[in-house]
Amino acid sequence: MIRIIVQTASIDLLAEITQAETAGERGAGAVATFTGLVRADDGVETLELEHYPGATEAALTKVATGAVERWELSAVTIVHRVGPMHPGERIVFVAAASAHRAASLEACAYLIDRLKTDAPFWKRETRGTQASWVEARDADKDAAARWTS
Amino acid sequence: MTVTMVYFAWVRERIGTGEERVDPPASVTTIAELVDWLALSSPGHAAAFADPARLRAALDQAFVPIDTPIAGAREIALFPPVTGG
Repeated sequence: MIRIIVQTASIDLLAEITQAETAGERGAGAVATFTGLVRADDGVETLELEHYPGATEAALTKVATGAVERWELSAVTIVHRVGPMHPGERIVFVAAASAHRAASLEACAYLIDRLKTDAPFWKRETRGTQASWVEARDADKDAAARWTS
Repeated sequence: MTVTMVYFAWVRERIGTGEERVDPPASVTTIAELVDWLALSSPGHAAAFADPARLRAALDQAFVPIDTPIAGAREIALFPPVTGG
Protein backbone atom coordinates (compact mmCIF):
# COMPACT_ATOMS: atom_id res chain seq x y z
CA MET A 1 0.00 0.00 0.00
CA ILE A 2 1.12 3.52 -0.79
CA ARG A 3 1.06 6.30 1.80
CA ILE A 4 1.83 9.87 0.63
CA ILE A 5 1.76 12.75 3.11
CA VAL A 6 2.71 16.42 2.66
CA GLN A 7 2.51 18.19 6.01
CA THR A 8 3.68 21.20 8.00
CA ALA A 9 3.79 19.20 11.25
CA SER A 10 6.92 17.38 12.40
CA ILE A 11 7.38 13.77 11.28
CA ASP A 12 6.59 11.03 13.83
CA LEU A 13 9.18 8.33 13.02
CA LEU A 14 7.82 5.61 15.29
CA ALA A 15 4.26 6.02 14.01
CA GLU A 16 5.41 5.95 10.39
CA ILE A 17 7.72 2.96 10.80
CA THR A 18 5.07 1.02 12.73
CA GLN A 19 2.57 1.79 9.99
CA ALA A 20 5.01 0.51 7.32
CA GLU A 21 5.69 -2.65 9.36
CA THR A 22 2.04 -3.57 9.69
CA ALA A 23 0.56 -2.41 6.35
CA GLY A 24 -0.59 -5.00 3.83
CA GLU A 25 -2.30 -8.32 4.29
CA ARG A 26 0.67 -10.16 5.80
CA GLY A 27 2.80 -7.28 7.10
CA ALA A 28 6.52 -7.02 6.39
CA GLY A 29 9.66 -9.03 7.04
CA ALA A 30 11.87 -6.00 6.47
CA VAL A 31 11.47 -2.22 6.55
CA ALA A 32 14.14 0.16 5.18
CA THR A 33 13.84 3.87 5.90
CA PHE A 34 15.58 7.12 5.01
CA THR A 35 15.26 10.36 6.97
CA GLY A 36 16.49 13.71 5.63
CA LEU A 37 17.31 16.45 8.19
CA VAL A 38 17.92 20.19 7.97
CA ARG A 39 21.71 20.72 8.09
CA ALA A 40 23.22 23.51 10.21
CA ASP A 41 26.84 23.15 9.08
CA ASP A 42 26.82 26.21 6.78
CA GLY A 43 25.12 28.70 9.09
CA VAL A 44 21.56 28.05 7.97
CA GLU A 45 19.07 29.26 10.59
CA THR A 46 15.78 28.59 8.79
CA LEU A 47 14.89 26.41 5.83
CA GLU A 48 11.57 27.01 4.10
CA LEU A 49 10.01 24.44 1.78
CA GLU A 50 7.67 25.65 -0.94
CA HIS A 51 5.71 23.17 -3.07
CA TYR A 52 3.09 22.89 -5.80
CA PRO A 53 -0.08 21.61 -4.07
CA GLY A 54 -1.78 18.89 -6.08
CA ALA A 55 1.17 18.37 -8.42
CA THR A 56 3.33 17.44 -5.42
CA GLU A 57 1.06 14.63 -4.30
CA ALA A 58 0.73 13.38 -7.89
CA ALA A 59 4.53 13.37 -8.38
CA LEU A 60 5.13 11.54 -5.08
CA THR A 61 2.47 8.96 -5.95
CA LYS A 62 4.24 8.38 -9.28
CA VAL A 63 7.57 7.87 -7.48
CA ALA A 64 5.95 5.41 -5.05
CA THR A 65 4.20 3.56 -7.88
CA GLY A 66 7.55 3.24 -9.67
CA ALA A 67 8.94 1.45 -6.61
CA VAL A 68 5.94 -0.87 -6.34
CA GLU A 69 6.35 -1.82 -10.00
CA ARG A 70 10.05 -2.65 -9.57
CA TRP A 71 10.04 -4.52 -6.26
CA GLU A 72 7.68 -6.77 -4.30
CA LEU A 73 6.67 -4.37 -1.52
CA SER A 74 4.00 -4.52 1.18
CA ALA A 75 4.23 -0.78 1.97
CA VAL A 76 5.70 2.42 0.57
CA THR A 77 5.60 5.62 2.62
CA ILE A 78 6.70 9.13 1.65
CA VAL A 79 6.25 11.94 4.16
CA HIS A 80 7.54 15.40 3.18
CA ARG A 81 7.37 18.53 5.31
CA VAL A 82 6.63 21.98 3.88
CA GLY A 83 6.84 25.43 5.43
CA PRO A 84 9.55 26.79 7.75
CA MET A 85 11.87 24.47 9.69
CA HIS A 86 15.12 24.61 11.59
CA PRO A 87 18.44 22.69 11.73
CA GLY A 88 18.05 19.20 13.11
CA GLU A 89 14.40 18.89 12.12
CA ARG A 90 13.22 16.15 9.73
CA ILE A 91 12.39 17.33 6.22
CA VAL A 92 11.58 14.04 4.56
CA PHE A 93 10.98 10.41 5.48
CA VAL A 94 10.64 7.47 3.13
CA ALA A 95 10.06 3.81 3.96
CA ALA A 96 9.81 0.63 1.92
CA ALA A 97 8.56 -2.64 3.41
CA SER A 98 9.06 -6.09 1.92
CA ALA A 99 9.37 -9.75 2.87
CA HIS A 100 13.20 -9.72 2.73
CA ARG A 101 15.80 -6.94 3.06
CA ALA A 102 17.08 -6.60 -0.52
CA ALA A 103 13.84 -5.27 -1.96
CA SER A 104 13.21 -2.80 0.86
CA LEU A 105 16.80 -1.46 0.84
CA GLU A 106 16.87 -0.96 -2.92
CA ALA A 107 13.37 0.52 -3.02
CA CYS A 108 14.24 2.95 -0.21
CA ALA A 109 17.21 4.29 -2.22
CA TYR A 110 15.05 4.53 -5.33
CA LEU A 111 12.36 6.50 -3.50
CA ILE A 112 14.66 9.20 -2.14
CA ASP A 113 16.73 9.46 -5.35
CA ARG A 114 13.65 9.94 -7.51
CA LEU A 115 11.92 12.24 -5.03
CA LYS A 116 14.91 14.62 -5.19
CA THR A 117 14.47 15.27 -8.92
CA ASP A 118 10.81 14.42 -9.66
CA ALA A 119 8.78 16.24 -6.99
CA PRO A 120 8.01 19.99 -7.06
CA PHE A 121 9.63 21.24 -3.85
CA TRP A 122 11.90 24.27 -3.52
CA LYS A 123 14.16 25.10 -0.57
CA ARG A 124 14.89 28.62 0.61
CA GLU A 125 17.63 29.10 3.21
CA THR A 126 17.86 32.02 5.61
CA ARG A 127 21.13 33.06 7.28
CA GLY A 128 20.64 36.18 9.42
CA THR A 129 18.84 38.64 7.15
CA GLN A 130 20.02 36.91 3.94
CA ALA A 131 17.64 34.54 2.15
CA SER A 132 18.59 32.46 -0.89
CA TRP A 133 17.00 29.71 -2.98
CA VAL A 134 18.92 26.44 -3.00
CA GLU A 135 20.30 25.50 -6.43
CA ALA A 136 19.61 22.06 -7.89
CA ARG A 137 22.63 19.71 -7.82
CA ASP A 138 23.91 17.65 -10.75
CA ALA A 139 24.74 14.87 -8.26
CA ASP A 140 21.02 14.50 -7.50
CA LYS A 141 20.22 14.26 -11.20
CA ASP A 142 22.91 11.58 -11.62
CA ALA A 143 21.59 9.61 -8.62
CA ALA A 144 18.06 9.62 -10.06
CA ALA A 145 19.33 8.69 -13.54
CA ARG A 146 20.83 5.39 -12.32
CA TRP A 147 17.30 4.05 -11.87
CA THR A 148 16.13 4.78 -15.41
CA SER A 149 17.36 1.53 -16.96
CA MET B 1 -7.12 31.11 -25.17
CA THR B 2 -7.09 31.97 -21.49
CA VAL B 3 -4.74 30.00 -19.27
CA THR B 4 -3.86 30.15 -15.57
CA MET B 5 -0.14 30.66 -14.93
CA VAL B 6 1.36 29.55 -11.61
CA TYR B 7 4.86 30.42 -10.44
CA PHE B 8 7.11 29.08 -7.71
CA ALA B 9 10.31 29.97 -5.81
CA TRP B 10 12.39 32.79 -7.37
CA VAL B 11 10.21 32.84 -10.47
CA ARG B 12 7.26 33.77 -8.23
CA GLU B 13 9.32 36.31 -6.28
CA ARG B 14 10.62 38.10 -9.39
CA ILE B 15 7.18 38.28 -11.01
CA GLY B 16 5.59 39.42 -7.74
CA THR B 17 2.65 37.00 -7.83
CA GLY B 18 2.14 33.26 -7.60
CA GLU B 19 -0.76 33.08 -10.04
CA GLU B 20 -2.26 35.06 -12.92
CA ARG B 21 -4.67 34.57 -15.81
CA VAL B 22 -3.23 35.36 -19.24
CA ASP B 23 -4.61 35.42 -22.77
CA PRO B 24 -1.76 34.81 -25.24
CA PRO B 25 -2.22 35.50 -28.96
CA ALA B 26 -2.77 32.57 -31.34
CA SER B 27 0.82 32.89 -32.57
CA VAL B 28 2.00 31.57 -29.17
CA THR B 29 1.85 27.78 -29.51
CA THR B 30 4.42 26.34 -27.05
CA ILE B 31 5.41 26.97 -23.42
CA ALA B 32 8.76 28.37 -24.63
CA GLU B 33 6.93 30.88 -26.84
CA LEU B 34 4.60 31.71 -23.95
CA VAL B 35 7.64 32.47 -21.78
CA ASP B 36 9.03 34.83 -24.45
CA TRP B 37 5.65 36.55 -24.74
CA LEU B 38 5.18 36.85 -20.95
CA ALA B 39 8.70 38.29 -20.57
CA LEU B 40 7.42 41.43 -22.37
CA SER B 41 4.61 42.05 -19.86
CA SER B 42 6.61 43.57 -16.96
CA PRO B 43 10.20 44.10 -15.72
CA GLY B 44 9.50 41.36 -13.14
CA HIS B 45 8.50 38.88 -15.83
CA ALA B 46 11.57 39.88 -17.84
CA ALA B 47 13.80 39.22 -14.82
CA ALA B 48 12.15 35.88 -14.04
CA PHE B 49 12.45 34.66 -17.64
CA ALA B 50 15.85 36.19 -18.53
CA ASP B 51 17.48 32.74 -18.67
CA PRO B 52 14.98 30.19 -20.06
CA ALA B 53 17.53 27.38 -19.56
CA ARG B 54 16.94 27.72 -15.78
CA LEU B 55 13.17 27.26 -16.12
CA ARG B 56 11.16 24.07 -15.75
CA ALA B 57 7.48 23.68 -16.62
CA ALA B 58 4.34 21.73 -15.79
CA LEU B 59 1.18 21.56 -17.88
CA ASP B 60 -2.01 20.77 -15.96
CA GLN B 61 0.19 19.70 -13.02
CA ALA B 62 2.41 17.22 -14.92
CA PHE B 63 6.10 17.99 -15.64
CA VAL B 64 6.71 18.61 -19.35
CA PRO B 65 9.57 19.86 -21.58
CA ILE B 66 9.57 23.62 -22.24
CA ASP B 67 8.85 23.13 -25.96
CA THR B 68 5.50 21.40 -25.22
CA PRO B 69 2.45 22.75 -27.13
CA ILE B 70 0.00 24.71 -24.95
CA ALA B 71 -3.18 23.91 -26.91
CA GLY B 72 -5.95 22.95 -24.48
CA ALA B 73 -3.94 23.70 -21.34
CA ARG B 74 -5.85 25.00 -18.31
CA GLU B 75 -2.87 25.57 -16.00
CA ILE B 76 0.80 26.09 -16.81
CA ALA B 77 3.43 26.29 -14.08
CA LEU B 78 6.91 27.81 -14.42
CA PHE B 79 9.57 27.29 -11.77
CA PRO B 80 13.30 26.63 -11.16
CA PRO B 81 14.74 23.09 -11.06
CA VAL B 82 13.34 21.35 -7.97
CA THR B 83 15.31 21.03 -4.71
CA GLY B 84 13.23 18.88 -2.35
CA GLY B 85 14.22 15.93 -0.19
